[in-house]
Amino acid sequence: MALTALGAMIAKDLRLFLTDRRAVMMAFAAPIVIASFFGAIFSSVHGMAERARLAVYVVDRDRSPIARAIVAAVQDDRNLAITVSGADEAWMAVRRGAVVAAVIIPPGFGEDAGRAFFGNQSRPELKFLYDPSRAAELAMVRGIVTEHVMRTIARELWAGHLTLPYEIREQAVTAEASAPYNSYAHAFAGMGVQFLLFAAVDLGIGILLDRQRGVWKRIRSAPLSRATVLGGKAASGAIITLLTLLVSFAFAMLVFRVRIEGSVLGFFAVSVACALMATTFGLLLAAVGGTPAATRGIATFAVLVVVMLGGAWVPTFIFPSWLQHLTLVVPVRWAMDGLDGMTWRGLPLAAAVTPTVVLLGFSALFGVLALLKFRWNE
Amino acid sequence: MLSARNLGKTFGRVVAVEGVSLKLAPGELLGLLGPNGAGKSTTVSLLAGLMPPDRGEVLVDDHRLVGDADPVKRRIGLVPQEVALYEELTARDNLRFFGGLYGFRGAVLERAAASVLDLVGLADRARDRVATYSGGMKRRLNLAAGLLHDPDILLLDEPTVGVDPQSRHAIFENLQALKRRGKAILYTTHYMEEAERLCDRIVVMDHGQVIAADTLAGLQRDHPGARDLEGVFLALTGRTLRD
Repeated sequence: MALTALGAMIAKDLRLFLTDRRAVMMAFAAPIVIASFFGAIFSSVHGMAERARLAVYVVDRDRSPIARAIVAAVQDDRNLAITVSGADEAWMAVRRGAVVAAVIIPPGFGEDAGRAFFGNQSRPELKFLYDPSRAAELAMVRGIVTEHVMRTIARELWAGHLTLPYEIREQAVTAEASAPYNSYAHAFAGMGVQFLLFAAVDLGIGILLDRQRGVWKRIRSAPLSRATVLGGKAASGAIITLLTLLVSFAFAMLVFRVRIEGSVLGFFAVSVACALMATTFGLLLAAVGGTPAATRGIATFAVLVVVMLGGAWVPTFIFPSWLQHLTLVVPVRWAMDGLDGMTWRGLPLAAAVTPTVVLLGFSALFGVLALLKFRWNE
Repeated sequence: MLSARNLGKTFGRVVAVEGVSLKLAPGELLGLLGPNGAGKSTTVSLLAGLMPPDRGEVLVDDHRLVGDADPVKRRIGLVPQEVALYEELTARDNLRFFGGLYGFRGAVLERAAASVLDLVGLADRARDRVATYSGGMKRRLNLAAGLLHDPDILLLDEPTVGVDPQSRHAIFENLQALKRRGKAILYTTHYMEEAERLCDRIVVMDHGQVIAADTLAGLQRDHPGARDLEGVFLALTGRTLRD
């Protein structure tokens, strides 16, 4: 009988989910739309988007052959979008935030730089006007411009007999050399996890609504153990949350060529553990929540915070070091690490073990707290 | 069939029910009356096994009701005060779910659902979503959901709130029919005329305790100044507002 009841609860919750257009939209369409957007922003593969270039103004007040050669070199660089302008225009562009920086080549720069190469002369200044809110990009611009200045001066002074003593070869480390990084993999993992948590919030709110409209009394009046009642809710919740994640990934695979480059078993292990974690989070919400409306507001805020800290929106490596360590207590971080590992990083099954175990640990923690806090009296 | 012995329930420092004893026989319709906060709904919850009593016991025949999964709960049907249905689902899907909770499935479930829908006059609206129902239809379906597993004992917590006269009449007809079939029915209400019309015996509660229990005639005999049940009720519970 308990199995029949369990089946009835799962069937009913799935039916309720599928009849609620808003829930279906939130679960399937919304993560796909947002992940596609994030994926496009961070994309640099398949020719689907061009690499973002750093916008820089250059003011050539020297006009010497060396200065003209430097300007030509930076204009050819695929990492920079160069505009040659006057000094006032460059100043305003930086001030408006339209460009990262403006490089001003002062009069006499070519001649002075050539002499300074031999060490006895005062060195001319290459002035960088920069937007202080984009200091990280300034460092990139400075490095690229320095390289071109050095190459150009060396070429002009020694007619190509003196060059940089090395070349740089860049190689993206992904699953395999033929499988370039696909930013859609991370974006769909992030949005999939976010909306999986939203589905879990709906699960918790659903139980609170059941209480409010008296359905919970009816369920509790049936000869069912508490384990069966919560088990039914947990099972249907896990199915719906897992569906949310898998449908997102299926879309990403079909449309954006996202692949499980690592262990397929590991991918499903992380996904199921993530769904269980989200489901028990939903049960915990139902246990400690007040009114459905108030609980939804607080829970939505909490989900947004944990997905942000967990690296679902942007990778955690851009966070400060202390925050990167702090996010280890956020379950979303483990879900993201696990899903990234199994998709574009192409890691083996062993790499899925730790994220899976940690997510199951969170699931156990949330589940125990939910059991302890659940209000059974009606 | 159903008896409560010295039931007590306390929430924090609030004593919701204390020393409540009552008996309900097959084919009997017992009215449970009381002002707001008297302890009626808590008593119904205890009788339905929604929560255990702190003191006393609930017996179905000679079996003591113990635990959430006690099989004897199959013999009890609860009709909550709220319209305890999923408005997004059809009537049939609601009944499929509630029947499933009692282990019903397949043809047995479909037959049971069809039978109760027929009883409450909603067979032709079975495939419609509950959200499209009128208040009276929802109340009738609420009753049907409590009857689906064919319980011997029916606990009805204010089943006619917000119901139009036609639906109320239909519900009364249903209850009379169930009574004739030997069902034991406990009925809580604030409508005195309903209790006068339907109930074989009446229990009046106040401040968590039973303060009177008798037939309508017996209650009126004890309160000769009261013209009707409402007069008896006010004499027993006073005229102070209960909010």
